[in-house]
Amino acid sequence: MKQICYPFSEGSVRSLRVGEIVRVNGCVYTGRDRLHKYLAEGGACPVSLRDGALYHCGPVVVPQDGGWRVVAAGPTTSIREESYMAKVIGQHGVRVIIGKGGMGPATHEACRRFGCVYLQAVGGAAALLAQRIVRVESVHFLDEFGATEALWQLEVENFETVVGMDAHGGDVFADVRTASGAELQKLM
Amino acid sequence: MNWTETLAELIRRNTSDLPGDVEVALREALKIEAPQSQAAVMLQALIDNTVLARRRHTPLCQDTGTLTFFWRVPPGTDTCALERSAREAVKLATLNGWLRRNTIDTLSGQSIDTNVAERCPSCHFEQDNRADEEVWLVQKGGGSENMSRQYSLPDKELGAGRDLEGVRRCVLRAVWAAQGFGCAPGILGVCIGSDRAEGFLTAKRQLLRPLGDTAADPALAELERRLLDEANRLGIGPMGLGGKTTLLGVKIAALPRLPASFFVTVAYMCWACRRRGVRVTGDTIEWLG
Repeated sequence: MKQICYPFSEGSVRSLRVGEIVRVNGCVYTGRDRLHKYLAEGGACPVSLRDGALYHCGPVVVPQDGGWRVVAAGPTTSIREESYMAKVIGQHGVRVIIGKGGMGPATHEACRRFGCVYLQAVGGAAALLAQRIVRVESVHFLDEFGATEALWQLEVENFETVVGMDAHGGDVFADVRTASGAELQKLM
Repeated sequence: MNWTETLAELIRRNTSDLPGDVEVALREALKIEAPQSQAAVMLQALIDNTVLARRRHTPLCQDTGTLTFFWRVPPGTDTCALERSAREAVKLATLNGWLRRNTIDTLSGQSIDTNVAERCPSCHFEQDNRADEEVWLVQKGGGSENMSRQYSLPDKELGAGRDLEGVRRCVLRAVWAAQGFGCAPGILGVCIGSDRAEGFLTAKRQLLRPLGDTAADPALAELERRLLDEANRLGIGPMGLGGKTTLLGVKIAALPRLPASFFVTVAYMCWACRRRGVRVTGDTIEWLG
């Protein structure tokens, strides 16, 4: 099993291949529909995403001791960010995308060009993944976007994922889509 | 009967405790996937997550979903009071961290942090002559809801006519289109016939049926069996990473239709099929599901 740690170097990301199980460690930022639209439209990011990880996730958080505790934090469907993702990768230097379901050709090309990787987290496994989040470091856009859409800075340990799209053009989702399409034709 | 308290407890159970039949289906699926495969790794994580969420009383999935209550009550029941209790229960469950702040004002884009708004939660009432009251709660996440589909037959592209063979083609196409986006392995509720609105509601209602249940009509029962088998031959697998487990169940109902219309409505439910009920007889509470 492979491990990657923040800051994620281009070399460590380019060494990953589709299908490998990877554990992510260190800083991870959450961002979903509102944040992607905002960034792609040129909005200023309050944190540096360079060599960082962007997790497609809207967590369940509860206040605790003046801070926050994450009780559930599985991935949301990534494809909704397809029209923004390549721009965010290119302009902000994001190295790692974590989400579910995979993404489209523009993200695929951005991963190859800029050295970025798409990691599949286990969809719906929110309790399990929340256990890997050891701390909430900060939160941004809480008032503007609401708790679910906010940009949460999380510290994770051994956050388990599978490489879904690598920086070499590998894309497990595209492969499965093509193969299942052929099976579908046989059944029609 | 303190309905607010009872319904809040129903939400807590439903959000954190996967129904037993679905957990058994995940464990059975794990046995048929190749050991160490990505499909097996995903299924094992789903099972571990199920056990953990139940033990810790935390949400199974961070998308705690659209809350739909299906009520069966005696004639003369004050349904307004029950609906008020459901709204209070949602507020309470949200404060307790059992529900995510999961409601957005569509026009302003602002979060409605209580999760209580117009038709949120959604309540459907039916009356009958039994003395007890029963309510079932379905929590359906957005990722799976986005994968639900409705087809109008005949459909030239699918080669689907107005018969069960046409229905079969629509459902398989819906499963293929969903890939892993709806958090496969999924469970399908299907409605054949009716109008568009009733079709989606009836399709969603089918998700209340236990996985072992088969349609009363033999032709529908056979179609349910065949579609489950064929969908699992597509090779989409858990989370769309490939594998033998694409669906855990298919539940189909048929309703009358207009001569001009023939709808096939597919409600796609993710593996985290949160459905639980409670029956209240006087002051006695019986948990269901």
